[in-house]
Amino acid sequence: MPVSPETKNMFRILDDEGRVIEKKDPGLSRSQLENIYLSMITTRLVDIKSLKLQRQGRLGTFAQSLGHEACQVGSALALKKEDWFFPYFRDLGAYITLGLPLELYFVYWMGNEMGMSIPSELNIFPLAVPVASQIPHAVGAAMAAKIRGDKSVFLTTFGDGATSEGDFHEALNFAGVYKTPNVFVCFNNQYAISLPRDKQTASKTLAEKAEAYGFPGKLVDGNDVLAMYVTTKQALDKARKGGGPSMIEAFTYRMSDHTTSDDATKYRSEEETKIWEKKDPVLRFKKYLQNKAIWDNQFEERITQKANENIEKAVKQAEAMPPPKIEDLFVFTYKKMPSHLKEQIDELKIFLKEKK
Amino acid sequence: MKLNMVQALNQALMEEMEKNSDVVILGEDVGVDGGVFRVTDGLREKFGPERVIDTPLAESAIIGAAIGMAVYGLRPIAEIQFMGFVYEAYHQIVDHAARLRNRTRGRYFVPMVIRMPYGAGVKALEHHSESTEAIFCHIPGLKVVVPATPRDARGLLISAVRDDDPVIFLEPKRLYRAGKQEIPDEREVIPLGKAKIQREGEDITLIAWGAMVPVAEAAAEQVEKKGIFPEVIDLRTLSPMDSAAVVDSVKKTGRALIVHEAPRTCGLGAEIAARIGEKALLHLQAPVLRVTGQDITVPLAKSEHYYYPSPERVIFAINKIMEW
Repeated sequence: MPVSPETKNMFRILDDEGRVIEKKDPGLSRSQLENIYLSMITTRLVDIKSLKLQRQGRLGTFAQSLGHEACQVGSALALKKEDWFFPYFRDLGAYITLGLPLELYFVYWMGNEMGMSIPSELNIFPLAVPVASQIPHAVGAAMAAKIRGDKSVFLTTFGDGATSEGDFHEALNFAGVYKTPNVFVCFNNQYAISLPRDKQTASKTLAEKAEAYGFPGKLVDGNDVLAMYVTTKQALDKARKGGGPSMIEAFTYRMSDHTTSDDATKYRSEEETKIWEKKDPVLRFKKYLQNKAIWDNQFEERITQKANENIEKAVKQAEAMPPPKIEDLFVFTYKKMPSHLKEQIDELKIFLKEKK
Repeated sequence: MKLNMVQALNQALMEEMEKNSDVVILGEDVGVDGGVFRVTDGLREKFGPERVIDTPLAESAIIGAAIGMAVYGLRPIAEIQFMGFVYEAYHQIVDHAARLRNRTRGRYFVPMVIRMPYGAGVKALEHHSESTEAIFCHIPGLKVVVPATPRDARGLLISAVRDDDPVIFLEPKRLYRAGKQEIPDEREVIPLGKAKIQREGEDITLIAWGAMVPVAEAAAEQVEKKGIFPEVIDLRTLSPMDSAAVVDSVKKTGRALIVHEAPRTCGLGAEIAARIGEKALLHLQAPVLRVTGQDITVPLAKSEHYYYPSPERVIFAINKIMEW
């Protein structure tokens, strides 16, 4: 994978060894740092747990987040309660950071729509599977907030492949024209399934695409959780003050396959994945905490134990959830069920009864 | 008041925007220009550019943004300038608008209207004559509405705007200025999902919608002179369909002819015929027939008359059924 020379200038707070570059430390409190680490570790462990469950046939195909912990957690961390979030299908860390009940995540990937019944106190959109299709929703919601005079801001995430989709360009164009309070975060993990970044676009960076729509784009080290947090927060603050949209390109790497149905060895070299293992975002933040004398073996044990307890509880709850009833499948198609759907429920029930 | 369909639609938009400040309009040329057919004329002046939004040329973003607005709490009315351009936004309609309520178990829903002029018979340019209602009726979660008269246009559009599900609102551009109709001064709400018996009869049921309603009517008028009395049903809402109205009528008449301008194969006529077969087979005295557009690309002006159903084609089919 050829790495663009532009990455030399990308914004970082931590170097690969977790050392603070040029006094840029945002000075977060000890408990804030601990929470960040807990979110990152939980993200990593949920991912590992999910893979095990998938291999055991207890969970369906899912999109892994391994390697995205810093950009997922760092960007979501900058949101306030009144803000809105429109994720793509690979943003486990954001869900964890924003407090989506963990069991819902498992319920969803186990194949039950109840997993996307997002609690009403969270302004989180259900994850979008069709690539880039959620970006116009974030812009429309931001237009609506502007019409109503609300001060909320709107964060949306997507991958590098999304920047080739029409919806990405149409939505960013709208955002530029209407100067909406949007922040667009692109997790450039170097691959769209098998297609490498340099085959996705001839642009030098993905961030520079924002310039064409009349607002800034910034290239950030996506494996640096502090850089992600600080940059996203600045962009959200600017949007909140009426300064219009921004784009952030988080330069990262998908350390896993695309999904549990993919085999990345077909299109990536071991040599390449080895290089990125050394840039592991969780490891880097751990080193930072170590340098600050926050991290030690006891700390690690405490955080890991807490994360594992939450995960085990969530899996238990998810597996105990009763399967959907037949009515549940039909009842949410329209606000009021039309007669043809009632007929289809009856037909299905008669069939199920009589085949016995 | 006496209004044509364009004026009646404009009236409905005006009334709903006055009543509810959450109602906004967005689309290409809907503001300053008042829409290429003038359906939104005067609304920007009255409600301002924040509520009547001229957008860049991007159908997918128009619908995608409208979904975001609807989820946030507004009631957007998106205009697609011609039905031939809606395919650019089809994935937003199918992947999101139609299924957000279901996939979030009711947490989010999309109270939006997508208005678009449809249909042939006006000697239009390429891509300006489509009638592809069936591809929307096929999608669970969408409602599809087609008025055939100015009065229905106003009453159905008001219902569509107030509905909590996404409504595809198809406007037969051939009838936009086809004539004026007396419309009640007070606001009239015509419920979705209810067909209208346009003309009562007992020999054969003609089922039509939109621009085909006057075609079916004209045919009915002609055959009545020869002693055949058709019942004409204007479906008005294509999805969810008022099958009971169709089935009840066919049980009475024993014969059915469906008239639509869309191509025949997989057109809505096939669905209607199937429902008649399922629920009224033993009442039928003849096969259910269809008068439709051909299974070809809509021809340009010089050949449109070969494609477009005429009263004469409808009469020809009525006679065939009656002689069965």
